[in-house]
Amino acid sequence: MASHEHDPTNRRDFLTMAGLGFAAVGGAATLWPFVHQMNPDASTQALASVEIDVKGVKEGQAITVMWRGKPVFIRNRTKAEIEQAAKVQIAELRDDRARNDKLPDATTATDANRVVKGRENWLVLVGVCTHLGCVPKGQSLSDAKGDFGGWFCPCHGSHYDMSGRIRKGPAPRNLEVPPYEFVGDSKIKIG
Amino acid sequence: MSGHESTYVAKSRFAKFMDDRLPIARMMHGQFVDFPTPRNLNYMWTFGGILMFCLVTQLVTGIVLAMHYVPSAKDAFDSVEAIRRDVNYGWLIRNIHAVGASMFFLAVYLHIFRGLYYGSYKAPREVLWILGVFIYLAMMATAFLGYTLVWGQMSFWGATVITNFFSAIPVVGTKVTEWLWGGYAVTGVTLNRFFALHYLLPFVITGLVVLHIWALHVAGQNNPTGLDVKSKMDTLPMTPYAVMKDIFALAVFVTLFVWFVFFVPDYLGHADNYNEANALVTPPHIVPEWYFLPFYAILRAVPSKLGGVLLMFAAVAILAFVSWLDTSRVRSTKYRPIYRWFFWLFTFTCLALGYLGSKPAEGWYVVWSQIFTAYYFLHFLVVMPVVGLIETPKKLPRSIAESVLGANYGGGAGAMAGATAAPEKR
Repeated sequence: MASHEHDPTNRRDFLTMAGLGFAAVGGAATLWPFVHQMNPDASTQALASVEIDVKGVKEGQAITVMWRGKPVFIRNRTKAEIEQAAKVQIAELRDDRARNDKLPDATTATDANRVVKGRENWLVLVGVCTHLGCVPKGQSLSDAKGDFGGWFCPCHGSHYDMSGRIRKGPAPRNLEVPPYEFVGDSKIKIG
Repeated sequence: MSGHESTYVAKSRFAKFMDDRLPIARMMHGQFVDFPTPRNLNYMWTFGGILMFCLVTQLVTGIVLAMHYVPSAKDAFDSVEAIRRDVNYGWLIRNIHAVGASMFFLAVYLHIFRGLYYGSYKAPREVLWILGVFIYLAMMATAFLGYTLVWGQMSFWGATVITNFFSAIPVVGTKVTEWLWGGYAVTGVTLNRFFALHYLLPFVITGLVVLHIWALHVAGQNNPTGLDVKSKMDTLPMTPYAVMKDIFALAVFVTLFVWFVFFVPDYLGHADNYNEANALVTPPHIVPEWYFLPFYAILRAVPSKLGGVLLMFAAVAILAFVSWLDTSRVRSTKYRPIYRWFFWLFTFTCLALGYLGSKPAEGWYVVWSQIFTAYYFLHFLVVMPVVGLIETPKKLPRSIAESVLGANYGGGAGAMAGATAAPEKR
């Protein structure tokens, strides 16, 4: 064994390493507030839930509301539209996950998994294209609705179906279903 | 150039006092007055000075605009209109700043293609070139942030689309994007921080420019022959020879600049940006400013989100590696009979991508975008390494002086004759 004098790691090396280590931890701890200040602040997070009365939305109509600075599509689907969305096979879908914030990640993207049971006519979606964040067309009757009758994003050409699922174009995921629940007969609470 | 000594002579007592303590006049004299510049520089070498002019113009007009601009979602759009209508000469200063951004990019593209044509990225100028790529990146970021500040529809949706690039990052993408936004979408919070960053980045660019010029003055300028400077005969003092040429080119450039400012200030913008930002309605056809169109075409050429974003960033990043991708023994494309054709094909590709980026992403536009995107990358990854190896360069002149003065220029007498000869005459 090497004698103490020739030991390559001596007290000074240890002190240097320990000193640098403390400086690094201290530096990182000081940096964190300057990074974290850019995250959504308390007032932004406080706006995280809204209640919407949907009594006036007739079958076949849709409204757009704001939630967390994003548009949310609320659509009262017709029977034909529900049937059309329900009969699509999972294998036909580009993204087979339900993307329903209330359900686990692995849930499959059946139409039933994207709505509330017993209220299948109501489809609630975050109206933000999962490609680069544009608002897809399809809310008003005169809009282009794309090849699958749901929504069409004009920015880069993504087509969504009657369940808000991506069917064609560059978007990677189905439109997000936000966490929401029915409070009373005609009120939806999002968030 | 490294090894070049300033011929500065401190004349007054004050100058001598300073020269012993902070010899800044000596340095400036050495770097910008008697600095040896190749005697054959053509007008493509005037864009460095022009770009300096652009940077200063943007800084001065930008600082003035910041005195009148209000970075809040409620007031931003109106304050820009107020600058144009109410602020004394606000219309002029705003137009200079808005047109100035386009002119800055016009000049930087000519500067970059000059470098690509004459092999200015080759040894010993690799670091100089890479600093240039960083400046270009910082310019892109600054221009994007500045365009957002107007808070029109294109500002808002451009900001949304571009910040969403980061949501393509696997796993942490959404978190990163929300961190950039300071919320769950682009809002006034985002606008406020973009304003702060738009004010900051030009000073970062200024710092990078100082390093860029420093690196330039260590290696010395490249020149149309691509030959190294071998003797004093090859160079002329920067002042007045290169400076005079710079001033004339700048005058021509500024003429174009003010023509836009006074006659068609909105020509390079987009009409949709005169509608105030609306988070509920996306304009039917989102296009970026003209200087980003080729990259936008590359983004849309790929039918996958992550792939498109990666390829678009790669299109800029690949520029940093050309010093090593180009295997040619000679620098200047002037002496490269095969590569010359590919260079112009590459130039055409960039222009074509620019055109395609302005068109909707459908039908044949997509197919052509894919073809040109493929060539964009093939040019760097295949053409540059392979052509350099197989090509026989044309005969090079023996020296820079010979390329200007002919093969039979004399010794001492030639030096005098050369000093009066036009540097651009070949």
